[in-house]
Amino acid sequence: MNTELVENEVGAPLGAPVYELSRVSKTYARNLVVALEGVNLTLRKGSFTSVIGSSGCGKSTLLKIMAGLIPPSQGRVVLQGKPVTGPRRDIGMMFQQATLFPWKTAVENIVLPIEIRDGKAAAKAAMEKAYELLDIVGLKGFENVYPNELSGGMAQRASICRMLITEPAVLLLDEPFSALDELSRDMMNMELQRICTEQDATAFLVTHSIQEAVILSDEIVVMKPRPGRVAEVVKVDLPRPRTLEMMTTPEFGEIVEYIRGQLDKGEDM
Amino acid sequence: MTDVSNAPSPADNAEDTVWVQEVAFIDSVPRWIAMTFVFLVFIGTWQFVTSFGLVSPIILPTPAETLKDMIFVGQNLLTGGYMLTALWITILEVIYGFALAIAIGFTLGVLVGETAFGEKAVMPYLVAIDTMPKVAFAPLFVAWLGFGIESKVALAAFIATFPIVVGTAAGLHAADENARMLFKTMGASRMQTLIKMKLPTGLPQIFTGLKIGAVGVMAGAITGEFLGGGKGFGELIRVAASQLNTPRVFSLILYLSLVGLALYLLVQFAQRKIVFWHKERVGSYDG
Ligand SMILES: Nc1ncnc2c1ncn2[C@@H]1O[C@H](COP(=O)(O)OP(=O)(O)OP(=O)(O)O)[C@@H](O)[C@H]1O
Ligand SMILES: [Mg+2]
Repeated sequence: MNTELVENEVGAPLGAPVYELSRVSKTYARNLVVALEGVNLTLRKGSFTSVIGSSGCGKSTLLKIMAGLIPPSQGRVVLQGKPVTGPRRDIGMMFQQATLFPWKTAVENIVLPIEIRDGKAAAKAAMEKAYELLDIVGLKGFENVYPNELSGGMAQRASICRMLITEPAVLLLDEPFSALDELSRDMMNMELQRICTEQDATAFLVTHSIQEAVILSDEIVVMKPRPGRVAEVVKVDLPRPRTLEMMTTPEFGEIVEYIRGQLDKGEDM
Repeated sequence: MTDVSNAPSPADNAEDTVWVQEVAFIDSVPRWIAMTFVFLVFIGTWQFVTSFGLVSPIILPTPAETLKDMIFVGQNLLTGGYMLTALWITILEVIYGFALAIAIGFTLGVLVGETAFGEKAVMPYLVAIDTMPKVAFAPLFVAWLGFGIESKVALAAFIATFPIVVGTAAGLHAADENARMLFKTMGASRMQTLIKMKLPTGLPQIFTGLKIGAVGVMAGAITGEFLGGGKGFGELIRVAASQLNTPRVFSLILYLSLVGLALYLLVQFAQRKIVFWHKERVGSYDG
């Protein structure tokens, strides 16, 4: 790889690099908005990284480029040694809305990725695993319920299962729990941490909540807008596993304050 | 409802503050009473207007006369008389017309809703044709297809196609950005996205189009018969009207409306079965 780029990157001291982004820029042709400029980023295996930044600084754009949903205007995106040039099997994604399909039961929604990729028979074979996943996220007994009978939090749990059923190596999460109330949100975050540790998954989370970023992450990418760019990568050295009680410790508060300060600096631009 | 906490509160033996939400009398009447009431008011007004000679009996027969004629027509229909033959012809026109409209409307709707080509190149022409008064095409259909059932089927289908195109195209646009991205991340092909996501998402709109089409197909068949002759129910109406047999016209229209209603209810039934997850708001009064 490009050795001169390495010093600009701050990687977590965990596994080998999984995602490597170099000089990634994106200018939307439609309105010539420079959504991203020269983003360098390395995600290591098993690490949890959050992106934080004001609205419109290009977080979703970055995520979509990483997921292979849209191409970058410039730069290079490599996942597990192979360039990303379109949607990939080893990527799992989750959005702000649960987006469960109302004509399918919870378990049918969860095996949908399998149905799309490998057909109906494979989806049927994956049912067993879907039941297990639903059990893990506390939805036992709701397997055959239609989504309109699930609460917002339950629906998000189900959509986590849908993301996990294909055993993706990386999880890309775009504000997955921002529609939930604070209590269920904390619960879901702990759930997410547990799942990531269990599956040794690499996670990349877009969030607006500094607390959420700090409690979950090994590294926090602070972005600045116009043009969207990485201002700083902050390491979080809190011990793992993280618990909600840690949110009351002074270390936690310090990191939160620091990041808030970094974000505020960008606001008057 | 009031007892939420287990701990005894000082207000435990105070009186409940259950209160009744006020509902205006007019909103609280059960449906069947309301419907009967409106029906009686209608008949009463009708009876009043006719029995005091406010309008000539040729223009408006009395309710009794109409009922008598309805019984006569009903008997003819039940005993397999010539009216049943005529009704059956109209029913066939409606069925064929609707089937044709669904086939063409759905195909065009998918073309317009799914492909950029369809939206750019086909939709403008469809809109242009849709704004024309479609019954004006009736003489053309007669000239092309003759005085038989075909020209009526064509007009019925012609009228019913457009709402189905619009409903289908709109339905295919109903899926939100998240659902589209989700399918992309799952690596779904265009066909898979269409069949497994866009079409099911759009079913409520598609059925709305079908319902409007079901109403139009009836109008198309009867207009076709008025303007192109034939042996259907519309022809019976036209003849009765030309003989100033107003009670007959009234009762024929009533029986005809039963056919239209049956078709509409059939579509609605299919919708309830197929789009089971979608709760309809318009047309239901239970909140
Ligand atoms: N499809 C698009 N076409 C044109 N411009 C876009 C498009 N998507 C995003 N943009 C622009 O790119 C910039 C970054 O958008 P992006 O959605 O990545 O921001 P974000 O950081 O995710 O914001 P938020 O926190 O509000 O979700 C914005 O200025 C936006 O207007
Ligand atoms: Mg965003």
